[in-house]
Amino acid sequence: MIQNNPIGRIIAHIILIIGILIVAFPIYYTFVASTQTLQDIIRPPLSLLPGGHFWENYSSALFGGISKIGGVGVDRLLLNTLVMALGIAIGKIIISILSAYAIVFFRFPGRMFFFWFIFITLMLPVEVRILPTYKIMVDLGLIDTYTGLILPLMASATATLLFRQFFMTIPGELVEAARVDGAGPWRFFKDILLPLSKTNIAALFVILFIYGWTQYLWPLLMTNRNDMATIVIGLRKMIDFTDANTQWHLVMVTCILAIVPPILVVVLMQRWFVRGLVETEK
Amino acid sequence: MASSTRVTFPNKFLPYLLLAPQLAITAIFFYWPASQAIQQSVLREDPFGLSTQFVGLGNFKRVLNDPNYLNSLQVTVIFSIATALIAMAFALLLAVMADKVIRGKGVYRTLLIWPYAVAPAIAGMLWLFLFNPSMGTLAYLLRSTGYNWDPLLNSDQAMLLVVAAASWKQISYNFLFFVAGLQAIPKSLIEAAAIDGAGEMKRFWTIVFPLLAPTTFFLLVVNTVYAFFDTFGIIHAVTGGGPGKATETLVYKVYNDGFVNLILGDSAAQSVILMVIVIAMTAVQFRYVERKVHYG
Repeated sequence: MIQNNPIGRIIAHIILIIGILIVAFPIYYTFVASTQTLQDIIRPPLSLLPGGHFWENYSSALFGGISKIGGVGVDRLLLNTLVMALGIAIGKIIISILSAYAIVFFRFPGRMFFFWFIFITLMLPVEVRILPTYKIMVDLGLIDTYTGLILPLMASATATLLFRQFFMTIPGELVEAARVDGAGPWRFFKDILLPLSKTNIAALFVILFIYGWTQYLWPLLMTNRNDMATIVIGLRKMIDFTDANTQWHLVMVTCILAIVPPILVVVLMQRWFVRGLVETEK
Repeated sequence: MASSTRVTFPNKFLPYLLLAPQLAITAIFFYWPASQAIQQSVLREDPFGLSTQFVGLGNFKRVLNDPNYLNSLQVTVIFSIATALIAMAFALLLAVMADKVIRGKGVYRTLLIWPYAVAPAIAGMLWLFLFNPSMGTLAYLLRSTGYNWDPLLNSDQAMLLVVAAASWKQISYNFLFFVAGLQAIPKSLIEAAAIDGAGEMKRFWTIVFPLLAPTTFFLLVVNTVYAFFDTFGIIHAVTGGGPGKATETLVYKVYNDGFVNLILGDSAAQSVILMVIVIAMTAVQFRYVERKVHYG
């Protein structure tokens, strides 16, 4: 009944389209800039249609090396970022599912202590303990290594909490049945728990992948060498408004290349991502 | 926890083995640095690292009396409130509209969620490309109308720019939660109000908005945490805390004092203050979660 309001619906469509234009415009503008020559970019206003230098700009950024960051190519930056994002996502899922499994399906002395030991780290981001963590990384010799980029960002309890909540919904009869049939803890984990957790793992993977890909402060501190930088850090190093030699066309290309992979992950895995987001956070 | 009734595996050794990786990482990369931050925060070290002395709460006292710190606290509060309000209001408007349309819901959602995947620092750069006075097209248009636009010199304009970038990035997140919240509101309630003659605006403010309160409150906490901590990249990439100290947020100051100015004691004291802030926000959020469990 109240749905039957065509004018209201048209207004809703118009507002949504304006919203999408606002949301998409900065990305579109950067894409357009990434297909123009340097001369066109530094002389505003920029045309609102893509230029003809797509292949030229993209191949020189990807494989030509960028002088501003010591000749490192964007392909290398993408590889570093991919390793970091995958490392954080996969590593965190593995350690979290194991510890959640221990906490929910076993009874042992110190269980609640360990639960709180992990749980307290829930919301304390790396940003609030940067200096001491950095010192520890220096002491351990982990500067400019993938290990240094990945491990400290795995230390948080969000994923553990999610798996714990999910495991608690698994009926005890299932465990009992498995035990009656002679399945040990490993068989139960592999043949029952893992298949049941597939959706949660997929959702968590998307969220953690994005989390890893978009890190800024930590890779800024952890990497001195240009060939170990992530793409966001490399991009930051390429931008200099006071330097007339800044290769803006390559900056724009790098920017687009930094945005596209995580956007693809979010859009293609939208179903799990939305579910995971709304459920993880609650 | 419903622990007493749970069926479990009898095993003395295995659970410790399963917990070991996470415990090790948590201990090395969380408890160790956190305890060092607390230790460092009560020590005073000279800039060359030659001598340290115990100063008790001296660092905290100095930090909390430092006009620069109070300035950055104020900057953070303004920045967070502005970012949270803009990001949430815009997302709520879009979510209400998306709830109304019948066709194309999925398409709209797909087109609205991508900023979530954009790194905060890159969100800042995108806005900087548009609005920097030397080559940004929108800055060019603004200036050609005679408006004196220069976010690199004018502190209000710099703040405006980082708030715009930070809220732009957060719209998709809020949108998804508002859509989920709106879907949970029974349509019959809204129809009943419509039959009683309540107009669209009235229905929104008297029924929809109050019923969305849990979602709104949850998002308020999340957005504040986001504006406090995750926006370091935006500040660092766009303004570098400037002009002057007009956009220097608390996290940026911790970084700046610790890594650029090398005042370790002050930086550690600021870290500890930040930890207290996060723990307080977490506690607030948990109260909310608990409420939701009771009434929802």
